[in-house]
Amino acid sequence: MSATLQVKLALARAVGALSRLRGGGATSVPGKVLMRLQPDAIGALGARLRMGSVLVSATNGKTTTATMTAAVLQRAGIELVHNQAGANMAGGIATTLIGASRPHGSMAGELGLFEVDELWLASLAAQLRPRVVLLGNLFRDQLDRYGELETIAESWKRVIEDGAAQLVLNADDPLVADLGRGRSDVVYFGLEDDTLALPGMAHAADAKHCRRCGAPYVFDAVYLGHLGHYHCPSCGQSRPAPTVSAGEVRLEGVRAARFTLSTPAGQAEVSLALPGLYNVYNALAAAALATALEVPLETIAAGLSSARAAFGRAESVGLAIPATAGGAAAARRELRIMLIKNPAGANEVLRTLALEPGEHDLLGVLNDQIADGRDVSWIWDADFELLADRVRLATCSGTRAADLAARLKYAGLDPSRIHIQSDLGAALREAAAERPDADAPLYALPTYTAMLSLRELLVARGEASSAWS
Amino acid sequence: MADSAPATPGSTLRVCALYPDLMNIYADRGNLIVLERRCAWRGIGFQLFSSSLGEPLDGGEHDLFYIGGGQDRDQRLCAEDLIENKREGLRAAAARGAIVLGVCGGYQLLGHSYALGEEEIPGVGLLDVRTVREDGPRLIGNVAIEASLDEMDANAEERVLAGFENHGGRTYLAEGQAPLGRVLKGYGNDGRSGVEGARTANTIGTYLHGPLLPKNVWFADWLISRALGLGPGELAPLEDGIERQTHRSARQAAGV
Repeated sequence: MSATLQVKLALARAVGALSRLRGGGATSVPGKVLMRLQPDAIGALGARLRMGSVLVSATNGKTTTATMTAAVLQRAGIELVHNQAGANMAGGIATTLIGASRPHGSMAGELGLFEVDELWLASLAAQLRPRVVLLGNLFRDQLDRYGELETIAESWKRVIEDGAAQLVLNADDPLVADLGRGRSDVVYFGLEDDTLALPGMAHAADAKHCRRCGAPYVFDAVYLGHLGHYHCPSCGQSRPAPTVSAGEVRLEGVRAARFTLSTPAGQAEVSLALPGLYNVYNALAAAALATALEVPLETIAAGLSSARAAFGRAESVGLAIPATAGGAAAARRELRIMLIKNPAGANEVLRTLALEPGEHDLLGVLNDQIADGRDVSWIWDADFELLADRVRLATCSGTRAADLAARLKYAGLDPSRIHIQSDLGAALREAAAERPDADAPLYALPTYTAMLSLRELLVARGEASSAWS
Repeated sequence: MADSAPATPGSTLRVCALYPDLMNIYADRGNLIVLERRCAWRGIGFQLFSSSLGEPLDGGEHDLFYIGGGQDRDQRLCAEDLIENKREGLRAAAARGAIVLGVCGGYQLLGHSYALGEEEIPGVGLLDVRTVREDGPRLIGNVAIEASLDEMDANAEERVLAGFENHGGRTYLAEGQAPLGRVLKGYGNDGRSGVEGARTANTIGTYLHGPLLPKNVWFADWLISRALGLGPGELAPLEDGIERQTHRSARQAAGV
């Protein structure tokens, strides 16, 4: 059996090498081949990990949370097998396991750290039998693919009922927190900072009604989407007290955030090189996961402070702008890429941009490929109004460029500030060259496949390095 | 529901959104934003009211009623409330010619019933249609229809509504019930009949979900005109360069 698996591994690797030669990213092809040859390959390879596996799932922040967790665990001296390129369905995870497999059944790494697509959590948890499952949040996202939130919550509930994994749950998300009902070993994380509470719930908020009795929740504080401090006046269900929390949060524009991290071991200052409250939540999730794995508090704080953006998530790239015939010298301009793929995530990016003073230049790229969701309706749930009087020039690109342009116009942007250029290469060139002064960055807001295309372009232009390293 | 301010008929569009907190799953507010902006740009007043669970509905106070799509659980809650608190008001409004626009789940609620296996969710019965959840996949994808709005003086291109549909229910029209239009691409009411939506006078239901008005601003203008009782050509034209590209992009996505 084992020898056979080695042969199959070699075959899958060869196919991956071929795919890479032909220009493919090869983040999931070898895994798909291996699973065709041996359907239980993920379980078989996962069982070789000495410390087992941990799974991370959420609508928003999976990749960044896993990246932050990796920074912490590596600092703790744990060798990881991690699907860091973000391929988070079975094929991607099998490919990661293949990449870590060594002769004679050993692995290059002792702990599996896998971010997992929401819909794949059940099947991957059944195969990997993880020691810890971290569930970060549930927001409406690509309803044509994921279906209703309730459906995902139910499938997660079954994972939890079937498995022996320890749970790390977001106390501030009623849908997620309720999954820990009746369990005593849950590590909850949440925000404790009243100064951050929003005046009201975002338009696109979900989960306004009690999971147990259906009555509307009362929110004493709303931090982000439907995340906050809540209780049900009817049945008494309320937000669990978090084991791991963040207080004294200071958001520093589009570049950084600081907070005080509290765990059962004490308090520590965390200085994140990533912006926005959503990244504070991601850091808090990573800290809670590391706490469940008994990593010391100082190591957690230091690891989080050293974490850098996952690709396409607040990633910064230096653009080269060629000299013009009109006499302008060649120059460089910063491009900051902030992935937007659903209303809750987009709202946090927009909020973060609004924190940064001045008028901004945007390159919005809206695609409607399968991985983006074919349905672009969601842009009308995102609060582009936050930037209505804060945009100098918005270049709209992607397969649904005009839909984004219309959204911005109806959000209050003057049409003269909106430029439609469906071709992404041309849109990037034009948006980069059209700059008000030397220091103004260009903010790219791409959907998922648009972000991959944008990065490909930047790699081809020699301005970014490949993510598939 | 907010108090209704006095409005000079013809100068202010008074819109009532039903269950905007629950029936909004596909970004339905896009439709309300488009109505508001297109009124504002023309100097037409716009008032937005809402009526949600437990709140009564005065059918005489508004020119246009909007009900969007929701999750199954929320749609059930709204169906009960609709029968209990709003059915009579909505019927009175429709009878005096107010626009009632139901989108996706809202369309289903405007019919007689929605059968989910053993369970049957009652509707308000303004449209002579019945919806059934049948075996088989959800009907999901880009869709384009040719609307038959007989009174409009629009050219052929402007009869197309393009959007996105995502529904598990199949809706069947009773004999004599007019559809909203003919399916050009996509599934429509049931994936077989070739027709989409339903319309009786100013009551309209469609599966083109969420923000269909941003993709079809001609239809937004048609609704505004009808709701205010304006004749053809009485609504001032707007600079719609971006909107025309958006319409084309939605049509292209549907393959029309």
